[in-house]
Amino acid sequence: MSKIIEGLLYSESHEWVKLEDGIAVIGVTDFAQAEMGDITYVDLPSEGDEVAAGEEFGALESVKASSELYSPVSGEIVEVNSELEAAPEKVNEDAYGAWIIKVKISDESELDALLDAAGYSAIAK
Amino acid sequence: MDHELKHTCLHDEHVALGAKMSPFAGFDMPIQYSGIIDEHNAVRTAAGMFDVSHMGEIFIDGPDAETFVNHIFTNDVRGLGPGHILYGMMCCPDGGVVDDLLVYKEFESGFLLVVNAANIEKDYKWMLDNADGYQVEIFNDSESWGQIALQGPQSEDALVRYFGIEELRELEFYTFYDLEDEDGGRIIVSRTGYTGEDGFEIYAAPANIKDMWEALLEDGIKPCGLGCRDTLRFEAGLPLYGDELSPEISPVMAGLSMFCKLDKPEFIGKDALVEQKANGVARKLVGIELKDNAIPRAGYPVELEDETPVGVVTTGYHSISLDKSICFALVDSAYSALGTPLFIRIRKRVFPGEVVKKRFYKTNYKK
Repeated sequence: MSKIIEGLLYSESHEWVKLEDGIAVIGVTDFAQAEMGDITYVDLPSEGDEVAAGEEFGALESVKASSELYSPVSGEIVEVNSELEAAPEKVNEDAYGAWIIKVKISDESELDALLDAAGYSAIAK
Repeated sequence: MDHELKHTCLHDEHVALGAKMSPFAGFDMPIQYSGIIDEHNAVRTAAGMFDVSHMGEIFIDGPDAETFVNHIFTNDVRGLGPGHILYGMMCCPDGGVVDDLLVYKEFESGFLLVVNAANIEKDYKWMLDNADGYQVEIFNDSESWGQIALQGPQSEDALVRYFGIEELRELEFYTFYDLEDEDGGRIIVSRTGYTGEDGFEIYAAPANIKDMWEALLEDGIKPCGLGCRDTLRFEAGLPLYGDELSPEISPVMAGLSMFCKLDKPEFIGKDALVEQKANGVARKLVGIELKDNAIPRAGYPVELEDETPVGVVTTGYHSISLDKSICFALVDSAYSALGTPLFIRIRKRVFPGEVVKKRFYKTNYKK
């Protein structure tokens, strides 16, 4: 069974969001990493880029396939986890620890469209 | 969907081992067990085993067996000794590829042709349709055979432990032995494979293949799925039918002319291949190494620096054994020379690379 953490928000495209003072910390769920298998490359955006909710901001690559990453919220990317460039396997090892980007949320109402842990557990299978 | 998929004789074993299963060539096949990287490395450094029971076995015999096989096959079986094996293709008259295959010269008489799972019916029909005027019997016996590929530097030891026959060590690359099981059933052991490592392919009745799989598992041989079968063959520069060979990609385009004996009196596709060889082809298959870790995937465009499209990726990975991003691509021949700078569009960005030899990994065949 893949792990789903209470208190986080989730997108239907399998990203998680943790709220920290108006900043959305974004990663992919344990379910997503398990589906992908060994992750070998993380295609990261640049700090300062603007993203819109539902827009592609990067990709994860496993041995077999690439999987686009979609931002659950709109705003400016204020930080990217560049540690993942050298160590993409951290996403497999700890999907909720290996955050990918931090976005300064420009429209808090977009959070209403995201799922809670119970809602996400219904689609993560 | 699932009920339409065929099962190999080892299907229950895969499910019991918790393999990730996926449809492939009409079969429900294991993609991975412990993980592609782990399985890949096991084959490179120790030994791994693959269920390749989905492959097709077509037997050809009769007075004209040799001339018929030479008629449909690009390589030359004249003078091929019993127990020896050749790789080659079956081509259409225009040089496009029907399939790539192994031809085993039998000890008594005739040949065994081992073909790709997805092409069994097509190949069988192709053979029948092209057999007019030849005294041959063509028998598709694919359902009666299971097959295990035992691959890696420790596969010889594992094979000898299983059969208890030391002489198997003497088997040369691209040759085979016939063995008999307790009930007189035939077991074929060939020193062949699709990984770039030393290894064997063992053909036998399904019940024997199941016993062997369980014994090898007990012996510590790692089960390996189609996921790493692809990463291994790719690093070793080996083509996959459908990606690097197809009705549109001839052996000359794929750089496999050495398996087409253009000095043979005749074979289907000869004239087209002779013409391609003499006048050149519009597109060629090349290897490309990227300077970045972004991963080129099949279908991604290959471009020049000014964004002119010149080709397309056919297979690409971040190589597990070499730790760099590499691919096969079909490109305009003008840009196929080693060292040519080429660019690959990956999502929104373009990554620089250059043409390199297709055999990315130094193979370890036992010759």
